[in-house]
Amino acid sequence: MRARLTLATARRVLLQVRADPRTLGLLIVVPCVLMGLLAWIFNGTHVFDRIGAPLLGVFPFVVMFLVTSVTTLRERSSGTLERLLSTPLCKGDFLAGYALAFGALAVVQALVATGFAIWICGLNVAGPLWLLVLVAVVDAVLGTALGLFVSAFARTEFQAVQFMPAFVLPQFLLCGLLVPRQLLPRPLELVSDVLPLSYAVDAMRTLTTEVDAAGDVGRDVAIVAAFAVAAIALGSLTLRRRTP
Amino acid sequence: MMNYESPAVVVDDLHVFRGSHEVLPGISLSVPRGQVVGLLGPSGGGKTTLLRSIVGVQILAGGTVSVLGEPAGSPGLRSRVGYVTQDPSVYSDLTVRQNIAYFAVLVGAPRDAVERTIEAVDLTSDADSRVDRLSGGQRSRVSLGAALVGAPELLVLDEPTVGLDPVLRRDLWALFHRLADDGTTLLVSSHVMDEATRCDRLLLLREGHLLADDTPDGLLARTGAPDAERAFLALIENEVAA
Repeated sequence: MRARLTLATARRVLLQVRADPRTLGLLIVVPCVLMGLLAWIFNGTHVFDRIGAPLLGVFPFVVMFLVTSVTTLRERSSGTLERLLSTPLCKGDFLAGYALAFGALAVVQALVATGFAIWICGLNVAGPLWLLVLVAVVDAVLGTALGLFVSAFARTEFQAVQFMPAFVLPQFLLCGLLVPRQLLPRPLELVSDVLPLSYAVDAMRTLTTEVDAAGDVGRDVAIVAAFAVAAIALGSLTLRRRTP
Repeated sequence: MMNYESPAVVVDDLHVFRGSHEVLPGISLSVPRGQVVGLLGPSGGGKTTLLRSIVGVQILAGGTVSVLGEPAGSPGLRSRVGYVTQDPSVYSDLTVRQNIAYFAVLVGAPRDAVERTIEAVDLTSDADSRVDRLSGGQRSRVSLGAALVGAPELLVLDEPTVGLDPVLRRDLWALFHRLADDGTTLLVSSHVMDEATRCDRLLLLREGHLLADDTPDGLLARTGAPDAERAFLALIENEVAA
C-alpha cells in the first residue's frame, strides 16, 4: 500500500527532472567533461589512474547533494510539502520516493561517467566494474540524503547552494584525495574518520588497485550506506506536519 | 439532513500563537455539514490560521478542533479533508494532468477521477500545458483540482477566488454549491464582503474574534444593514461601543 505512494512520488520527481532537459543534460554531461579534462591534464602520468576512480564517486555525491537540496527546498517553500503531508502520504514515502528517483538518476549518471572514463579516457581499474558503479550509486544516494537534511536549514535557494561549499568542500579536502588520510595531522585524520566521503573515496581507491577487493569495499560501502540512512532519518525529523 | 448529523467541524476554545502574538485568543465555532460556509473578515484577522488549525497543519497552544468526528489532523482524516492554500501549491514544472494524477494516487482516487476533476475546474483544453505557462486564475484552479480529485467530505479553501474575473468567480461558486448539494462541506475564506451573499452561512472574523455566526439574511436582519459590508461595519461599531 505504501509502495504505491512511494513509486508515485518517485515518478513525479522524475517527471519534473524530465521537464527540465538542461538540468538533465548537465547531470549527465558535466561529470564526463570533468573526467575528460582530468585525463588530459595528467596525460602521460599515473595520476589519472590514482584519482580518476575516487572522483567518479565524488561527482555524483556533489551533484545529487545540490540537486536534492534545491528541489526539496523548493518543495518546502512552495507549500507543496505542507500539502503533501496533509494527504495520506507519510514522511517515509516522501523520502523513499526522492531517494528512489535520484538513485535511479545516479545509476544513469554513474554508468555514463564510468563508461566514459574507462573507454574514452583510458582509466585503469583493477577491480570489477559493477562494483565501481555500485559505489558511485551509493555515494549519490548519500548526497541525496544529506541534501534532504540540509535543505531544512536553508530559507532560500541561494542559501541552499551555499551549503555545498560548507558541507561538501571540507569533506573533499579531508577525504584522502589530496593527502592520504593516514598522513594528515592526527586531529584531522580523526575528523576524516567520521566523514562519509572518506569511506566513499577509500572504496574507490581500493577498487582501482586491488583485483579482489570485494570485502574491503563492501565494508566501506556499508559505512557510506549507514551514513545515508542516518541522514535520511535526521532529514525525516525536519519534515513536520504541524508548523507554527 | 444537516441538522440530524453532528457538525463537520467543531472548534472549542482554540488558542494559537504565531511568534509572540496570539492570533486566535480562544475562539469557538462549528461548521454544519453539507453547506457552503464563508469565513469572512479583513486580512490579518486569523482566517488562514483558523483554516490551518482545522486542516491539522497548525501547532495549537490550547483548545480542541474536531473534524468529521475525529481530532483535526488525524491520519484517518487525510483522505477525507481537502485543503487549498492561498498560493497555488502545485508543481509548476508539471502539466495540469500530471499534477492532478499525482494527487489522485496520494488520496487513493479512482483513475477516471482525474479527467472528471480537470473538467470540473474547466481546464480540459489546458490539461497538457505546464502549470507555469498558465494564468494566475488557471493555476489556482489546478490547485483546487488537486484537492477536489479525492472527493473529500470537507473542503477547506483559503481565498480561492482572489484575482479571478467575475465570470470565473460565478462559475466557481456554482461549483461549490454543486459540491455542497452532493453532501460536501465547504469552508471558504474571503476578504471580499460581496461574496457573503453566495454562502449558506457566514463566520465573520476580526482580530481573532468571531463577530458573527449567522446566515446572510439573518445577519442583515440583525444589523438592519443593506449589505454584508455595512453589516460587518455595524458589528465592529457595536463591539467598540460595548
